[in-house]
Amino acid sequence: MTLFTRPPGAGGAAAAPEPAPAGGAARSRSRIHLSVLGIIGLTVIIAACLFCFVGPLVYHTSQVASNLAAANLPPGKGHPLGTDDNGFDILGRLMVGGQSSIEIGIAVAIIATSAGVIWGAIAGFAGGIIDSAMMRIVDVILAIPALFLLLILATSVAPSVLELVVVLSFLSWQVPSRLVRGESLSLRTREFVQAVQVMGGGSARSVIRHIIPNTVSTIVVNATFQVADAILVLAVLSYLGFGLAPPAATWGGMLSNGSSYIFAGHWWQIYPVGVLIVIVVVAFNFLGDALRDVLDVRLASGGAS
Amino acid sequence: MTRFLAYRILQSVVVVVGVTILAFLLLHHLPGGPARSILGAKATPAAIAAFNKEYGLDASLPVQYVRYVDLLLHGNLGYSYKLNISVDALLSLDLPKTFFLVGISFLIAAVIAVPLGIVQAIRRNRLVDHSLTGVSFVLYSMPTFWLALLLIDLLSARLQIFPPEAPQGTTLSQVITDPLALVLPVLTLVLVNFALFSRYIRASAIESLAQDYIKVARAKGLPERKILWSHVLRNSMLPIVTLLGLSLPWLFTAGLVIEQIFNYPGTGLLFFTSAQSQDYPVELGITIVIAATTVVGNLLADLAYAVLDPRIRYS
Repeated sequence: MTLFTRPPGAGGAAAAPEPAPAGGAARSRSRIHLSVLGIIGLTVIIAACLFCFVGPLVYHTSQVASNLAAANLPPGKGHPLGTDDNGFDILGRLMVGGQSSIEIGIAVAIIATSAGVIWGAIAGFAGGIIDSAMMRIVDVILAIPALFLLLILATSVAPSVLELVVVLSFLSWQVPSRLVRGESLSLRTREFVQAVQVMGGGSARSVIRHIIPNTVSTIVVNATFQVADAILVLAVLSYLGFGLAPPAATWGGMLSNGSSYIFAGHWWQIYPVGVLIVIVVVAFNFLGDALRDVLDVRLASGGAS
Repeated sequence: MTRFLAYRILQSVVVVVGVTILAFLLLHHLPGGPARSILGAKATPAAIAAFNKEYGLDASLPVQYVRYVDLLLHGNLGYSYKLNISVDALLSLDLPKTFFLVGISFLIAAVIAVPLGIVQAIRRNRLVDHSLTGVSFVLYSMPTFWLALLLIDLLSARLQIFPPEAPQGTTLSQVITDPLALVLPVLTLVLVNFALFSRYIRASAIESLAQDYIKVARAKGLPERKILWSHVLRNSMLPIVTLLGLSLPWLFTAGLVIEQIFNYPGTGLLFFTSAQSQDYPVELGITIVIAATTVVGNLLADLAYAVLDPRIRYS
């Protein structure tokens, strides 16, 4: 399956400039008109980052020293969202737990996308047996359900932020590599790439200067979705007890703790964190969808080559 | 077609071999190796050496791999040191339970999602369409375990309709004797599947509604109901076939989470407990069986697609 591609910015009617949407930053986005949902997504993402990274500077709580005297308190004075079973303030813990989620999510998106782009661009450009071999490696990793591989890897390393980034990236570069390979396959037959070869330019030059820049819209859109996926997977992993070790705060870990108290009616231990995860993931998905429309990317899921 | 078939089968075999190599290498790099995880941190070097010799773990990795593949080809997936039972026996008990959970949820989700997707396509950009798109988007963005917790909180803790734990039992027939306890795990997986399907079916129904054969059917005066039932429905079901093949890894992942939360005694839960106790022959066996299922699923989806849609001809 080959992807229908167009160079970014040369879109048809859909990408034609329209009057800028209302808003102070309209000028700087003169070429990028995000849809309403995209703007909502972006706003929520910025708000979530402020909440997680600036919030703790304003709202001081200790998320390391437990306080059993104040355990399992319902929302009220001093603890707007109550406390968990160790006496940690939930609102403060949401902020601190979000830091690792967002950091890891973005780091994974960047690393996995870069690795996938390089892998896919080379495979698509090289073609033939090299392409087949490289894509079979992608198939092998994709054939094992991600969570199974994650559990194997997570039990064999003691998870730190760095190791989680490496492990999650290892499981996330396959989709961008398939997407970019598809584009690369069609791009290498285009005149401007063939002209490089005619003029004596090397393969590396073709890939780096001509193939990869032309896939940049696919890359940006996919990277946005990758952040959402990584945050989700990270939450699952921490929920299952294979994430960052305590006392590190994680959203998944908070849910896992809170789930023991569902039947005790401690709704504040699961709802705020659950809703927050969903909101952040939806925000990245909104942004990704909006970017896809703006950049006019057709994302196909790769399929069998 | 034959050439394509041969090529695809060969490709699948290569991928399965690759999976065995990858899983084998990963699991043999556990810290301390299997001996350490079985005998404990205080085991003496002599005990570890004896253990490795007994189980053939002192040989080099390639030799061990060849031995493993040899056993694998004879249908022997290994032996669980921790549970003291063969992996084959474990899987023959647990795989049917997982396939049942995943299969029935997939079917129910398909039966719900296909008509709704067609309704969305007919009422495109109307209120019904937007609300269903919204619902599936929210479901799609929900982590599986969060959805499961919500359902437990609502239907089990508050309304007390369904028990929060899946039916317990060694065999599938014991598990399905308690349908009430099956509701929550199945419902969770149905919602997860529904979220995945609905947008594909909507898109596919919109595409089939725009086709010439629909115009022909309308032009010759076929009642709208008949058009929907025999033309749109059949063509909108095509993506379901592909989805079943391609979303298998995803279904197994969601299945693992759901089995863990509801304590459903399937392969996912078995894998989870083996990962915790580092029972690596079980992890290896499950990984290989599930990956092979995925690869075969992809292959069958490709072939089924060609059979169902006569326009597709592989050269």
